[in-house]
Amino acid sequence: MKKVLAKAYLYLLLAMLYAPLVFIAIFSFTESRVLGNWTGFSTKLYVNLFTGGMNGGSALLAAVENTLLIALISAAFATLLGTVAAIGIYNLKGRKKAGMQFLNNIPMINPDIITGVSLFLLFVFLGVSQGYLTVILAHITFCTPYVVLSVMPKLAQMNPNIYEAALDLGATPSQALRKVLVPELRPGMISGFILAFTMSLDDFAVTFFTRGTIGLETLSTYIYADARKGGLTPELRPLMTIIFLIVLILLVVVNMRREKMNKAK
Amino acid sequence: MIKRSYWSLPYLIFMVVFVVLPLLLIVLYAFQDGAGHFTLSNITRFFTDSDSLSTFALSIEVAIENTLICILLGYPAAWILANRNLNRSAVTVMLFIMPMWINALMRTLATAELFNILGFTLGKGTLLFGMVYDYIPFMIYPIYNTLLKMDKSYAEAAEDLGATPWKVFWKVTVPLSVPGVMSGVLMVFMPTVSTFAISEFLTNNKIKLFGTIIQENINSSMWNYGAALAFIMLLIIGITTLFNDNKETQAEGGLI
Repeated sequence: MKKVLAKAYLYLLLAMLYAPLVFIAIFSFTESRVLGNWTGFSTKLYVNLFTGGMNGGSALLAAVENTLLIALISAAFATLLGTVAAIGIYNLKGRKKAGMQFLNNIPMINPDIITGVSLFLLFVFLGVSQGYLTVILAHITFCTPYVVLSVMPKLAQMNPNIYEAALDLGATPSQALRKVLVPELRPGMISGFILAFTMSLDDFAVTFFTRGTIGLETLSTYIYADARKGGLTPELRPLMTIIFLIVLILLVVVNMRREKMNKAK
Repeated sequence: MIKRSYWSLPYLIFMVVFVVLPLLLIVLYAFQDGAGHFTLSNITRFFTDSDSLSTFALSIEVAIENTLICILLGYPAAWILANRNLNRSAVTVMLFIMPMWINALMRTLATAELFNILGFTLGKGTLLFGMVYDYIPFMIYPIYNTLLKMDKSYAEAAEDLGATPWKVFWKVTVPLSVPGVMSGVLMVFMPTVSTFAISEFLTNNKIKLFGTIIQENINSSMWNYGAALAFIMLLIIGITTLFNDNKETQAEGGLI
């Protein structure tokens, strides 16, 4: 009885959480411009989305492209900067270490709007014209702390002597770095990269304040502008459905891999 | 060979330029007038402007209500998910976490559209419901994590010593899960106060929250007043983090 009630509660909550997404997914398969109006099954919106046969042409696809590009570049730089930083912070001691860790926490505690407004003021103050570069710099700023936090545990697990051992055995510092240190840290770097990538994909407020006036749109800013205009672009429905499915598949794969690894242990 | 602790230097420089300096600029702009002279007028303007004050009060109110509802609905869910007798399915856990990985604006827009179709008038009710919908995964996940990692022997010991299940829950499980709840509160409360797009979508721009007035001032080039409002928000963040200086609770959510 208790079990049934518990399950019922979980499913009720899940139904609530997923109702809007399922609703969007269903109405992505009809032609009607007005949401909630079923005019028969059709994949026209999907075709429109990919061929640019919609109002505003390929602006939506361009926004998706920008979002992915910015996320990829920001996550790559954040992973590089964050890994080097984690090695440095790990080797610091006492107050310096605590200080760096505190600094690392600031962007994670700050709400997006604070990060966005503060960086906006920085770029205004320095007289930097805002666009791709400022958005990427801003994304690196709020992504890197997560990489640092992902790599630090790997450093703690690592045998601290193996890097020196490689050097003693005649490896050059760069060989020791590539062949010894990086392989040990790789799992942390990968999860840091994924985290940074998704943080960047999800971002709205920071991009909004740092993109300037050159008309740079990411998916988030496109949706925001679209919703403010009133009419929601119907082609957003198939796009949301596709993103929803990709995330679902990725999470299932990651979880299945993890369960397999747990069993192998 | 250079010392490895020096590897933190590039990051230190980066953080000073892109985190510390920008925050200092918020303070600088907050205490300046348009011509760059020192002034307190931006701050006093906030405390004498009834519109700003009522927006601020409403934001705090909505954030508190949202956080409380998220705890009330999310705690039982996290507890069931972490309980081996009631749930063994990793898929169910995953389904609760998944919304965190989907663009919040997309999810909010979908919710707002659903409200529209169902004929609800967009207003405070839909705002609160939509906020709960957006943020509840961020409450469930950290609580679930703490409950899962909790040493079961405490609860068993309490049972052996004759405590009823109800007592075990309130006197052992709940106190031990406080760090998870605090981490959830951190991930729900401040984002609710500071959001602007979400509240605009869910109320059709009828209700303004604190984030919205910051955004409006910055975007209409009223940088100094916008910075002053951001400064006030920074003070609140400072206060909430002081109450929450437990290292373990930080950055626990959001991870896979």
